[in-house]
Amino acid sequence: MEKISTLTGTIVPLERSNVDTDQIIPAVFLKRVTKTGYDDALFHSWRQDPDFVLNQEPYKRGGVLVVGHDFGTGSSREHAVWALRDFGFTAVLGPRFGEIFRGNAGKQGLLVGQISEETMEALWAVAKASPGAEITVDLEARTATADGVSHDFQIDDYTRWRLLEGLDDIALTLRDEASITAFEAKRPSWMPTTQPVREGTQ
Amino acid sequence: MGKTLAEKVWDDHVVVKGEDGAPDLIYIDLHLVHEVTSPQAFDGLRQAGRAMRRTDLTVATEDHNTPTLEIDKPIQDPTSRKQIETLRENAAEFGVRIHSLGDKEQGIVHLVGPQLGLTMPGVTVVCGDSHTSTHGAFGAMAFGIGTSEVEHVMATQTLPLKPFKTMAINVEGELRPGVTAKDIILAVIAKTGTGGGAGYVFEYRGSAIRALSVEGRMTICNMSIEAGARAGMVAPDETTFAYVKDKPHAPQGADWDAAVEYWKTLPTDDDAVFDNEIFIDANELEPFVTWGTNPGQGVSLSGEVPAPDSFTDPTDRAAAERALEYMDLQPGTKLKDIPVDTVFIGSCTNSRVEDLTAAAEIIRGKQKADGVKVMVVPGSARVRLEAEALGLDKVFKDFGAEWRFAGCSMCLGMNPDQLAPGERCASTSNRNFEGRQGKGGRTHLVSPLVAAATAIRGTLSSPWDLEQTIGEEA
Repeated sequence: MEKISTLTGTIVPLERSNVDTDQIIPAVFLKRVTKTGYDDALFHSWRQDPDFVLNQEPYKRGGVLVVGHDFGTGSSREHAVWALRDFGFTAVLGPRFGEIFRGNAGKQGLLVGQISEETMEALWAVAKASPGAEITVDLEARTATADGVSHDFQIDDYTRWRLLEGLDDIALTLRDEASITAFEAKRPSWMPTTQPVREGTQ
Repeated sequence: MGKTLAEKVWDDHVVVKGEDGAPDLIYIDLHLVHEVTSPQAFDGLRQAGRAMRRTDLTVATEDHNTPTLEIDKPIQDPTSRKQIETLRENAAEFGVRIHSLGDKEQGIVHLVGPQLGLTMPGVTVVCGDSHTSTHGAFGAMAFGIGTSEVEHVMATQTLPLKPFKTMAINVEGELRPGVTAKDIILAVIAKTGTGGGAGYVFEYRGSAIRALSVEGRMTICNMSIEAGARAGMVAPDETTFAYVKDKPHAPQGADWDAAVEYWKTLPTDDDAVFDNEIFIDANELEPFVTWGTNPGQGVSLSGEVPAPDSFTDPTDRAAAERALEYMDLQPGTKLKDIPVDTVFIGSCTNSRVEDLTAAAEIIRGKQKADGVKVMVVPGSARVRLEAEALGLDKVFKDFGAEWRFAGCSMCLGMNPDQLAPGERCASTSNRNFEGRQGKGGRTHLVSPLVAAATAIRGTLSSPWDLEQTIGEEA
């Protein structure tokens, strides 16, 4: 994963709440076995409407998405993160997120920052007043600066550290392999195992 | 201070305690795999030259893409077929047990774990599917994960996880006849909203929960994610033990005794403190139905479609306006006056034998309403076999319903089972999102009893309405 420190991009206002991952990418696009090439699938239904924000200049190439509360709820599909990334989004800012979505984003280097409702309104207002206005997201300082005003955002320490360092989660965990092996040695014998297959008595 | 059920299960799975804000490394006892969220994870392992750490704690099945008709023929959609073939190839390459289409243990992944006896109290369960919360019904800690985490579990059998908060969902009282587990959870989500559970593990408690079967508890835990909760749990009790006992992979002999002894230590201590709690009066609950496009937008079936103005939060008001437009509904319309085109009985929420039996009892000897398509999709091949042994297939067919093969089916329409644009469906599934059951489709989430009554009358109905109808006829 690439290291992230600051990101600058166009503020893209998505003035909706409760945007579930079925809206971010409908299920029909989950049949692929690859991890890229999902840009056309992003918000597929809503993009049929020519007035939808992502169909407007200057929003057609992504940037920093600013969303309403409870963005990314529902299905666990990581494809939602891949689609946002493929479209050109580097960060998503909003007041509250679906937890699985937020976790997936952190694994894939998409910065998800939690902002207050006031900041959300302020950033939407900046985009409305001057479409195409840019925002700079400083991960180190946990600030998002637009139109000369600096807003705080929240991201947990661990995810922030991993993004700043560009660390791979699996490699990190495997540093503790000895602990995993020791834990396994103590697991009780009644714990379930899938192999060998048992047919049972029913 | 005592501990909650969730804290006990968590603490017993900490491999490495996180320090200075780092997450705990948690051991995963059971990893369930399906075709949609796994191909990129297997690919990741291959690219990194990593093996799967514990194939003996992993089981795969095919569910999201599988057809529910003509399952002996090749899958027609090439992308669906490719995804399923990819799972089979990956399972063979990495040595993962798989239950493929045609196998009697094939089915929705959240039915497969419990029916094999792999899901049990006190274990940790993950799957690349948000409805993994289902398994919490046994007193397991179970949650959905993304594909990066699927790969992580494959490689390490662990996950780094941040601590959670606990919320007690207290449901006291006695459900009236015609009111079910589904109505409880829809009422809970209407109260919390889709994000109210964020950061929490729910524990469903109280006399109404204790009185439920394990299958009913699964229905409730299944939809915890719709409230934004990380997981939902029910403390294990004699009902749970009886359900697990003698399942194929349940502990046997001395192992069974040791397991039960441990499981009895799991319920929340009397002096434990929850971070938050809500209360639901089971005596007051009525059959519930959603009117909007998220599972929190629900009301009692006896009610009306709400006016957007009744929401104080401006974004909620805007969401309600959008939802009514999408659903083509007017504020003030009585829910019982809403006609449907399709009734879907199925999904990991409500496709077990108990659900099918309950629906069959309502429709037995009756005919479906004219013009309404009724689809019954058992959750697993085993459920289908058991239901047929009870003669339920005949009841459904005589009624005019389609009796299908097992899978996720119209819950999300990744296979050919989809609503046409504008079609309205009473569905026992878990999500009424825009386009979820097919582009332009409109979904009302209901219990199997409401689905059955609706199929008879053609408009959203509960068994209570049916008794009235019968009375009028007599």
